[in-house]
Amino acid sequence: MPSLTTTAIAAVVVLCAAFALVFFYAPNDADQGFVQKIFYVHVPVAICALLGFVLAAIHAIRHLRTGDAIHDLRAYVSIHMGVIFGTAALITGAIWARAAWGKWWVWEEPTLVSFLIVYLLYATYYPLRYAIEDRERQARYASVFAITAGAFVPLNFMAVRLAETLVHPRVFATSEGGLPGSMLFTFLVALAGMALLFVALMRFEIAAKMTRGQISRLRRALDREAPAAPASRIAPAAPSEGVG
Amino acid sequence: MAAFRTILAKDLRIELRTLQSLPAMVLFAVSTFVVFRFGLDRTSLEGSLAAGVLLVTVLFAGLLAINRLFVAERDEGGFDAMRLAPIDLSALFAAKVVALFVYLVVLEAVALPVFAAFFLDDIAGLVPLIGILALVDLGLAATGAVVSTVGAHSRARDLLTPLILLPLLVPLMIAAAGAAEPLLAAGGPEYDEVAKWAGTLALYDLTFLLVGYAVYDFLVED
Repeated sequence: MPSLTTTAIAAVVVLCAAFALVFFYAPNDADQGFVQKIFYVHVPVAICALLGFVLAAIHAIRHLRTGDAIHDLRAYVSIHMGVIFGTAALITGAIWARAAWGKWWVWEEPTLVSFLIVYLLYATYYPLRYAIEDRERQARYASVFAITAGAFVPLNFMAVRLAETLVHPRVFATSEGGLPGSMLFTFLVALAGMALLFVALMRFEIAAKMTRGQISRLRRALDREAPAAPASRIAPAAPSEGVG
Repeated sequence: MAAFRTILAKDLRIELRTLQSLPAMVLFAVSTFVVFRFGLDRTSLEGSLAAGVLLVTVLFAGLLAINRLFVAERDEGGFDAMRLAPIDLSALFAAKVVALFVYLVVLEAVALPVFAAFFLDDIAGLVPLIGILALVDLGLAATGAVVSTVGAHSRARDLLTPLILLPLLVPLMIAAAGAAEPLLAAGGPEYDEVAKWAGTLALYDLTFLLVGYAVYDFLVED
């Protein structure tokens, strides 16, 4: 696997290329004009957030299977990044909705509504971790949450979509099926850049957590008398061996 | 199976003797109807409004029972006993799901007639609605039992359970409202969409029963 620095540089390069393509290569949308370009941020960010949640469920299953704390740490970071990217997706979605449809929030758009519900569910991940004191149990419950929520995501998208097609025909198609080639290419580059950014940020946070864990362990070893600096109360403890 | 029966019988016996949850749920539901009557300023309801009032009331009354589902286990050391006992812990999950399901059915046995008397002009849709409510109860019981176990082991107990539960229940509510709305429609019940939504409800129930069964051991083990 490439190092964190390589990933970060790749993310920056691809994202810069994506933005260059967005502004200088991709054509303006015939209906919406310039504002449609937020699509190249909004949709990749949302896809990355959802993939982060899926990734968290996979790590959570591995954590419950093996009991290895590194998987819990990865699941935590995946959800953490997913929530951050999800916030960005909701904000850019609201901006786009305001510009395109005149309202900050549109209940008729099922993807946006589903996304909000998923986001609200994953936002409870933090109070859940915070409320459980025993470290091992906290990790186990967080994994159970990640798996349950992972099963919930597709179900939720299905239910919301069913509800909307019932009441309204789908007016605002967001699938990239009808995209011309130049837009699709730009979109794919933007998606790749955003995914690289997601991975780079994840690995950065994992590395930071591991380092912090190591420092506090070293400090405790150095000075047994002094009270150890308290680690973050909700973040999982870094496992004792193997630094990424 | 024996463990399942024993735990279920224990829970139902405790509820029958102490009457801690059920009367509170029923009273809460009836009061909520009254609040809705004035909050909406309506004396009769139909369609989506009727479905919403009924389902939201059942959901919040159900939350009372879900919050209390593991109080005995938490306070009296029941969890430790379960861990020590040579039983499959999914028996505990199954028993709690069924107990919660029974509470909700009893609640609705009272709340539904009261709701009909308060708000409904046409009660022809109530019979199929009972089937829909049974599916809702099962889903509520499955997710409720899992989340309540999480809540029972946390510091923020009564706060955490509804916080996690509400977003989880949104798909259930979407499907339930989708099914209940045509059944309570103004001009008599319509059945076109009901099967689709009943299918969605059944899928939700199945998913969360399976997820609960799969993860429950990890919630109780120490």
